[in-house]
Amino acid sequence: MSDSNTILCRCEDLTRERILECIHQGYCTIDEIKRVTRAGMGPCQGRTCRMLIAQELSNYYHIPMEEVMMSSFRPPIKPIPMGVLADAYEEGGDQK
Amino acid sequence: MIRNVEVLVVGGGPAGLCAAQAAASMGAKVTMLERDYVPGGQLVKQTHKFFGSEKQHAGERGFQIGRMLLDEIQADPNIEILPETTALGCYEDGVITALQGDKHLKFRPERTILATGAAEKFLAFPGNDLPGVYGAGAVQTLMNVAGVKPAQRVLMVGSGNIGLIVSYQLKQAGVEVAGVVEAAPRIGGYLVHAAKIRRAGIPILTGWTVKEAFGKEQVEGAVICQLDDKFQQIPGTEKTIACDAICLAVGLTPLTELCWQAGCEMKYIRELSGHVPVVSDDLETTKAGIYAAGDVTGIEEASSAMVEGKIAGYSAAASLGHSPEEAARLRQEAMEELRQLRSGPTGGKINAGIEKVKQDGGVVHVNLYRYSH
Repeated sequence: MSDSNTILCRCEDLTRERILECIHQGYCTIDEIKRVTRAGMGPCQGRTCRMLIAQELSNYYHIPMEEVMMSSFRPPIKPIPMGVLADAYEEGGDQK
Repeated sequence: MIRNVEVLVVGGGPAGLCAAQAAASMGAKVTMLERDYVPGGQLVKQTHKFFGSEKQHAGERGFQIGRMLLDEIQADPNIEILPETTALGCYEDGVITALQGDKHLKFRPERTILATGAAEKFLAFPGNDLPGVYGAGAVQTLMNVAGVKPAQRVLMVGSGNIGLIVSYQLKQAGVEVAGVVEAAPRIGGYLVHAAKIRRAGIPILTGWTVKEAFGKEQVEGAVICQLDDKFQQIPGTEKTIACDAICLAVGLTPLTELCWQAGCEMKYIRELSGHVPVVSDDLETTKAGIYAAGDVTGIEEASSAMVEGKIAGYSAAASLGHSPEEAARLRQEAMEELRQLRSGPTGGKINAGIEKVKQDGGVVHVNLYRYSH
């Protein structure tokens, strides 16, 4: 299988080759891989790649998918313009 | 400004529509967030007739069911629908944020029903980012909602009901379907759908997968190959298929970001196609006041999503003191309905999955990220 043109993260254009390289270097969680490659940080926020990367970790470490540590999940779910947040702040939207 | 709402339903698909209707019918005030410009979820593009019993509108076409539900809830003064409004976050104090146009909205609901549905799975193979590699859902939207012919000749990957139905609809739209490849040794979907496309002359190859897509600017073809009983590719079995689109119908996975953000306990359940929130019989998650219904609790069918919506809707309304006895009776009826739906051919797998969710033990995941407040 040619890994150099198999895309795991479409948003950030990351190949399987690049993800495996990270895993071989010792990055062992989805979040670590995210921090070094930006996998999951694009428009879909990991909906496409998260579980594909989980599968690679599962294969490499021989642990079942049930046990693969998930990424963290933070709002917002989809990218939004900074201006939208700024407007909300000015309207007093920051109040609890 | 944070808006206080009584029941907030996130998602206007079959589960969300039924949840809103059920909660409102008990007297609760419901606000529904819908990402699209019109609620209905996947129903809006489903032109095929539904199975099940009359209660789930069997015999009607998906989009007609969606329209019918929508007409009913639009006439209900207790329900406010916010279309083109995408939920963005669910915080540990229960506040839900959403984006509506360029406005950032905040809600503090007394009860929240997450009916966020599912997302399509993607497949890793060389050439999988070429233009012309589609999800089956996208192809169905193009054809049945936008009226756009997506390609001339399509290779379908996956023989679940979506793969089979979309293949037939492609054929109806005048698109040639080169074939359906299925990695498993058996066809995944219902025989009636499979028979229909076989009669239309479309081959279904079980034990085959797409090995790679090729093309210069876009998909010009695919190499498929046979798989052994361990799902490993068998060298030497490759065949080349000329096509200008590859349609991936390799399953759905629950869309659970909001559940994670809320801090719900989650489990990875194969039978339910991904991580799902741990829920009670009332469909309440481990976060009090937050319910989940439909595909977000595990991939099933629209008919069961509708019934789950009702269960969550009645439960949420009752917990707020709205007609608790009537709600309990209707909830019970809905649970019976669900039991019947799950006694069908695909029910075994779903029931096994639900059993695993309920069982103690197994790995329970909780969002790693902690909020600072």
